[in-house]
Amino acid sequence: MKSLKAQHHILADAHEQIEILEHGVNHDDAFKLVPFQEKLEAIGLYPLKPTAPEIFQVNIGKMCNQVCKHCHVDAGPDRKEIMARETMLQCLTIIKANDSFTTIDLTGGAPEMNPDFRWFVSEIKKVNYKIKIIVRCNLTIIRANKKYYDLPEFYKLHDIEVVSSLPFYSKERTDRQRGDGVFEDSIKALQMLNAVGYGVEDSNLQLNLVYNPAGAFLPPLQSNLEKEFKEALKKDFDITFNNLFAITNLPISRYLDYLLQTGNYENYMSKLLTAFNPAAAKNVMCRNTISIGWDGFIYDCDFNQMLDLKVEGSNQHISRFNFNELANRSIVVNQHCFGCTAGAGSSCGGAVA
Amino acid sequence: MSNHYYNAADLGKFGNIGEYQKDLADKFFAWYSASFADSALSAKEKSLIALAVAHAVQCPYCIDAYSTDAYEKGYSEAQMMEAVHIAAAIKGGAALVHGVQMMNKVKEIAM
Repeated sequence: MKSLKAQHHILADAHEQIEILEHGVNHDDAFKLVPFQEKLEAIGLYPLKPTAPEIFQVNIGKMCNQVCKHCHVDAGPDRKEIMARETMLQCLTIIKANDSFTTIDLTGGAPEMNPDFRWFVSEIKKVNYKIKIIVRCNLTIIRANKKYYDLPEFYKLHDIEVVSSLPFYSKERTDRQRGDGVFEDSIKALQMLNAVGYGVEDSNLQLNLVYNPAGAFLPPLQSNLEKEFKEALKKDFDITFNNLFAITNLPISRYLDYLLQTGNYENYMSKLLTAFNPAAAKNVMCRNTISIGWDGFIYDCDFNQMLDLKVEGSNQHISRFNFNELANRSIVVNQHCFGCTAGAGSSCGGAVA
Repeated sequence: MSNHYYNAADLGKFGNIGEYQKDLADKFFAWYSASFADSALSAKEKSLIALAVAHAVQCPYCIDAYSTDAYEKGYSEAQMMEAVHIAAAIKGGAALVHGVQMMNKVKEIAM
């Protein structure tokens, strides 16, 4: 399967996606939700302001070994946009200069496919060996090629927190979303991570899993699902892990395409709106996160990044990074934000309410 | 009034029944919500029961709601279909077990 971009698909254009989100598939307002901004205004949260920027999330490339049906990045092997070392150096300067960033969250694509990934991780640790580094690992990358087999050891050496996608504890649902054979490879990769001490009892090496629904529905209660995942993975594969993060799919890129192709778009968006939760809105991740794109542009979150909605203000690139301006900015919101405020809420760390 | 009895969009208006009788509606929805909470049975188990009952009472709104809910909560297609078979088995059995009543009556009146 090719990425939407490689297919020259209309939804590869961020502007088109925003038009659909704001005005419906035919841009005629035949289907239109209450603006997200109005929902925030009603609870006194608009303009949405940051709390304190703590998480420096860096998307180091759209290249990936998988082509998942729900991917909001439209990542895949045909995506060549990856962060250059020069841009990583600029990130390092920012991390060094701003100790309020206590977590560096590396994502993609498959971040490990960037040839400078390991160098970047090592350099971050040199800047501040105590800083927490999260790598969002799709698991199958560990099994994709011999050169990646030692990733678990590399993660361990740098005390990285591994956050891995596993849509479900059964093969059928996982492969349906992520492709044939993904479940089996993911299980093997999890066993490799357990083998070096990740996610096992009495170990500090954190292995967290990410669940996201394989279809047009919302995630169930995170705590219940975590219990089920733990029981099933232990029983069937002798796998253990620390926490499960339940994430809602946002109507962006390939997931938006899926919703439109299957006629689920209007129902799904209505469901997100109905499930709007003020407590979740208060805790959305963009309030303590800065998201950096592969080319160094700054966004409020990875979703805004994929919709090309850069941060407010005149300093939108890391070459002109201005912490105070970012800390006082108004966060850019649009209709996709209903995905982060539905039910128990959703963030890169799972439920927020 | 439309020319059909069921409209999928009406499911989303269920809460509006309070417009005509708020007090009873509030009580019903509070009780409904409490009934489905995790307790001696998990919310997940209750969802599957609800799916089966929805089929037994042949309520299209309930089938819509609990097909989604049960799938969201992680039941597989096969598990959900087995629940429907249980509903059908009980409904079928309920009809068939009355065959004994029929037999009793026939034996009563036949020579």
